[in-house]
Amino acid sequence: MPKLAVISAGLSQPSSTRLLADRLAAETDRLLPSEIHVVELRDVAGDITNNMLTGYPSPALRAEIEAVTGADALIAVTPVFSASYSGLFKSFFDVLDTTALRGKPVLIGATGGSARHSLALEYALRPLFAYLRAQVVPTAVFAASEDWGSAGGNDSLGGRITRAAGELAEALGRQPERVEQVEVLIPFEQQLAALRARP
Amino acid sequence: MQFGIFTVGDLTADPLTGRPPTERERIKGTVAIALKAEEIGLDVFATGEHHNPPFVPSSPTTLLGYIAAQTERIILSTSTTLITTNDPVKIAEDFATLQQLADGRVDLMLGRGNTGPVYPWFGQDIRQGIPLAIENYALLHQLWRETNVNWQGKFRTPLQGFTAVPRPLDGVPPFVWHGSIRSPEIAEQAAYYGDGFFANHIFWPKEHFQKLIELYRTRYAHYGHGTPEQAVVGLGGQIYMRPKSQDAIREFRPYFENAPVYRGGPSLEETMDQTPLTVGSPQEIIDKTLSFRETFGDYQRQLFLLDSGGLPVKTVLEQLDILGEEVLPVLRKEFANGRPESVPAGPVHPAQAH
Repeated sequence: MPKLAVISAGLSQPSSTRLLADRLAAETDRLLPSEIHVVELRDVAGDITNNMLTGYPSPALRAEIEAVTGADALIAVTPVFSASYSGLFKSFFDVLDTTALRGKPVLIGATGGSARHSLALEYALRPLFAYLRAQVVPTAVFAASEDWGSAGGNDSLGGRITRAAGELAEALGRQPERVEQVEVLIPFEQQLAALRARP
Repeated sequence: MQFGIFTVGDLTADPLTGRPPTERERIKGTVAIALKAEEIGLDVFATGEHHNPPFVPSSPTTLLGYIAAQTERIILSTSTTLITTNDPVKIAEDFATLQQLADGRVDLMLGRGNTGPVYPWFGQDIRQGIPLAIENYALLHQLWRETNVNWQGKFRTPLQGFTAVPRPLDGVPPFVWHGSIRSPEIAEQAAYYGDGFFANHIFWPKEHFQKLIELYRTRYAHYGHGTPEQAVVGLGGQIYMRPKSQDAIREFRPYFENAPVYRGGPSLEETMDQTPLTVGSPQEIIDKTLSFRETFGDYQRQLFLLDSGGLPVKTVLEQLDILGEEVLPVLRKEFANGRPESVPAGPVHPAQAH
């Protein structure tokens, strides 16, 4: 069963961010049964700041980082604060190794009070994951306040969730078996020889 | 097994007075600390090298030469000597001179330096950090072992028929440690030459360094220098002690909270839990330090950081007294206990091996 890590940067309880994350996870799970692990960033918010200051994660944060980097795919959802992802959301990705998410399928989502913030997914989240060389699925899901009360249909929130989850499930199905990444050690002679080589 | 202290040489203000030491106070204080280290029976004193404020030790061999003249037994070392931005020719000359003056009581730890702006002050570029460390050390290694050296590399002008003088004492160069916080390339370099590997160890959880030391030990054996257990390993540690644990915690807390590396982060208690930092009674220092052996295997050199974060010299000297009286004798006895014959002692120049 593939492993799916769900990252929610929602702060209140219940939060619409977590609600969106759960719906995306449930729909992905319906299409491709998965082992789901939810990371509530609020629970490790202090640890994330500490990691930034000390350079190492606390045991609790380390467990969450390992769940995320060890997953076959991610769902990452943030509230939109001041026209972008929340600082907490970004800080979590700042403490990961820049190579930790390489090639990983990611579904991005965001919530906000108004649909006018929806492009934050395209100008903030998508470039962030592009930098990390993750594989972001084409449909990003934004849920504004009005979406939670709207009727069904292809372009409704439910329709967008189904489309995005379908894309993630498909990407997940295409993923080759994960192999444990082995650090490659360059033998010393080779390091020396590289310096001696004349252009 | 060798025990010693290493200093960063920071000019941090004492949080209790708000006043940083003057450069003169800090430099002279460092000398007083080194002399005390010899007096209480430590084996090693090591100084850092920095070229930017708020640090003072930019000229380690000057400092160590001054200390050498006033000591008889203690090994003078560095933590670290910048192999990237110093000319390897000058390192060869400076440390061979120091070695001659100190009758062989000299070794050095090489490091790269992680402050980008420092590199161009010496005509270098931090992006070339690893290649610089590799090429410069290859040259240093050769200069201490060969005369009339013909050499050409990427980072300095070629040498033709060059002999670094003075020659190492009795033809035996200073022992070299390679220090690294996260680079497997440096563990590999240390293993290749059969040199020592020093894990700074402090400020991070032990798991971080376990992999590096394991790699170094494995590759040391791979290159035929001995078994993995015979590889030469050094570790850092940071301690503050008082007869009563709660006094140590109370006194050290303002210095902890003032220290640039700890400020604003996890609490003193959390940091003690997750890193080698130990603040407490002499027995607690002993217990934690002995646990390092469980993690990394029998090793050769333990260096403690005692004087950072603005601690006054007077307090550091008191710390050394407690270390010498109550901690050191027990550590020597316990580390010797159960140590296999095949594991080498800490490196000593033949001129000092009595």
